[in-house]
Amino acid sequence: MVTFIIRRLIGAFLVLVAVSFITYLIFVKIPGGDPAPRIAGRTATDANIADIRQKLHLNDPFYSQYWAMMQSLFSGSLKSYSSQLNVVSEIKRGIPATFSLCIGAGIIWLGFGILVGVISAVTAGRWSDRVITVLALIGISMPVFWLGLIVRYLFAEQHPFSWFPDGEYVALTSNPWQWFLHLLMPWLVLAVLFIGFYGRVLRSNILDTINEDYVRTAKAKGLPPRRVLVKHVLRNSLIPIVTLFGLDFAAVIGGSAILTETVFDLKGVGQYAADSVQSLDLPPIMGVTIYATFFIVIFSVVVDLLYAWLDPRIRPT
Amino acid sequence: MATDSTTEFTLDTAAELAGEEHGAIEGKSPWLLAWRRLRRNYISLGFLFLFVVIVVLCSLAGPYARDIAKTGPNDNHLGETFVRGGKNVNVVSKGGFVGGQFHAGGVPVGPQLWHAGGRYVFGADNQGRDVAVRLLYGGLNSLKVGIGSAVICTLLALVFALLAGYYGGWADWIISRFFDLIWAFPVLLLAIALGTALSINGFHHFGISIQSGSLWIPTLVISYVLIPYVGRPLRGQILSLREKEFVEAAVAQGASPLRVMFSELLPNIASSVLVFFTLIVANNILTEAGLSFLGAGVQPPNPSWGTLIADGQSRIVTAPWLAIIPGIAIVLTVLSLNIFGDGLRDALDPRAKVRMER
Repeated sequence: MVTFIIRRLIGAFLVLVAVSFITYLIFVKIPGGDPAPRIAGRTATDANIADIRQKLHLNDPFYSQYWAMMQSLFSGSLKSYSSQLNVVSEIKRGIPATFSLCIGAGIIWLGFGILVGVISAVTAGRWSDRVITVLALIGISMPVFWLGLIVRYLFAEQHPFSWFPDGEYVALTSNPWQWFLHLLMPWLVLAVLFIGFYGRVLRSNILDTINEDYVRTAKAKGLPPRRVLVKHVLRNSLIPIVTLFGLDFAAVIGGSAILTETVFDLKGVGQYAADSVQSLDLPPIMGVTIYATFFIVIFSVVVDLLYAWLDPRIRPT
Repeated sequence: MATDSTTEFTLDTAAELAGEEHGAIEGKSPWLLAWRRLRRNYISLGFLFLFVVIVVLCSLAGPYARDIAKTGPNDNHLGETFVRGGKNVNVVSKGGFVGGQFHAGGVPVGPQLWHAGGRYVFGADNQGRDVAVRLLYGGLNSLKVGIGSAVICTLLALVFALLAGYYGGWADWIISRFFDLIWAFPVLLLAIALGTALSINGFHHFGISIQSGSLWIPTLVISYVLIPYVGRPLRGQILSLREKEFVEAAVAQGASPLRVMFSELLPNIASSVLVFFTLIVANNILTEAGLSFLGAGVQPPNPSWGTLIADGQSRIVTAPWLAIIPGIAIVLTVLSLNIFGDGLRDALDPRAKVRMER
């Protein structure tokens, strides 16, 4: 077990290095991506630009440029090329919004996903199952940003139904009620896609598990159907959902929420990344990529451990 | 041979009946059986039909623009008028006092359906461009990117999976690490970064030259970032098939690696590939829309469903149809593919575990 964790952590570290290096290559290889004239401003002389190149190690070979950038990123002194703001503190500023969005949406999609999956599996073939299947399919077929736009138009900007505040993030510490109101629409919009997907996966898992021998045994023993469903069927059907949830949650924290954040103007980490990409600002993109990859890699280790704990037949190797 | 109707009807009698009709019971290929199952699934076929209709409509964008709407996808009609019911109507409203009330102007005309002789069926945008024409051209671009990237992505994933699964060992290790690496990247972030970086000056390395603004950029970016999502499950299937006796037999007969891969392994995963392909086209259309919405996909003035929604975003209050209509087009297209893909999976292999993970 300990060797497993150590090996996975070393692997995770190598992945982080590789991912950051590839990101660097993508941006160094852009023609016209030279940041020095942009930082120097419009009235810069050639000497100014040369000076900036010197300071940012832009004349060095690219591997030492990469090394310099990593050093300043991890010492917390990396600055954006275009706005000159500190990258680490900008990411930290976005984290409350991103985490509020992702944790809230995660709770909603996990809860409703399980509910929807159980209902449609228990009533498989009947009308409630069919309605849920259709709704789930529509849910996974909608572009999340479009849904966000429409919901925002209907419930925040149109006068008859403008029940919700329009966009932006309010800190939990400054006003919990406003925090909740501002996030309710983004939560639901982000969760819709996953509810449909999880419901469908759980439904087919449950239908597979119901035919297992041990479930027949449990029924034959005369256990009440509810107990069979919860203790025997659901417990085993949920194992793949746990894995799925871990990976999806990491992906959402690590940037899949970009679209939702942008549409609702939540100013989270994802939106910071999207804005930086538009202006080809390498340092923030580097910072956010490493932040996101960190979560994805760590969560995949956690998921593997959880999996082994939930299903003792699997030994982590 | 006549069957006595009074005797009990058993499987043997069924075989005899069938034998009378066709002479002997023929073996049926799995594809034929799958087609028979699919043929009974009217919902799936209905949605396949819907998808075909959407594709046909979008490919008629050129004739529609020329003969019915009489405008191109990027033609501005600011300050122009058109005739509706004998009256002249501004394409984009002019500001000023109307009936003593001040109007800001700049509001494009709404959907006309067929009241304006085929012009502005879905209204105009803020530059006076015909939304219906842009919707069809945009659909064409979205479908090109979605289907093109699905083809490239599936082919590459298939080749990688065959190599990794057949050779195992080092080849498998390298390919699996490559999958892991792309998998570890935040997908959307990587796609946005690549898309933006490439759309500035295009790509001019290794003898390949792609102009900026080319549809190839989003197509290649999307196919690249989604390779592991198709490649990983296929590799798993091939690894297990590799251990089967029929592969061993083929190798023992002296079949070359290529022959084993393409005549023994490939037919056995063909049904999975087909199902994956349908679902990945749906997924890629959504990804393209997201990328274009963020400005990292199809570049303006080229329309795509994603860029049309992005254009409509700022005008959602005054001209909501600009964002709503392309969104509905996306939902219908993706939904039809998802439902058809589901039916296809049920038909090809009712017990299959193929799933699109995202």
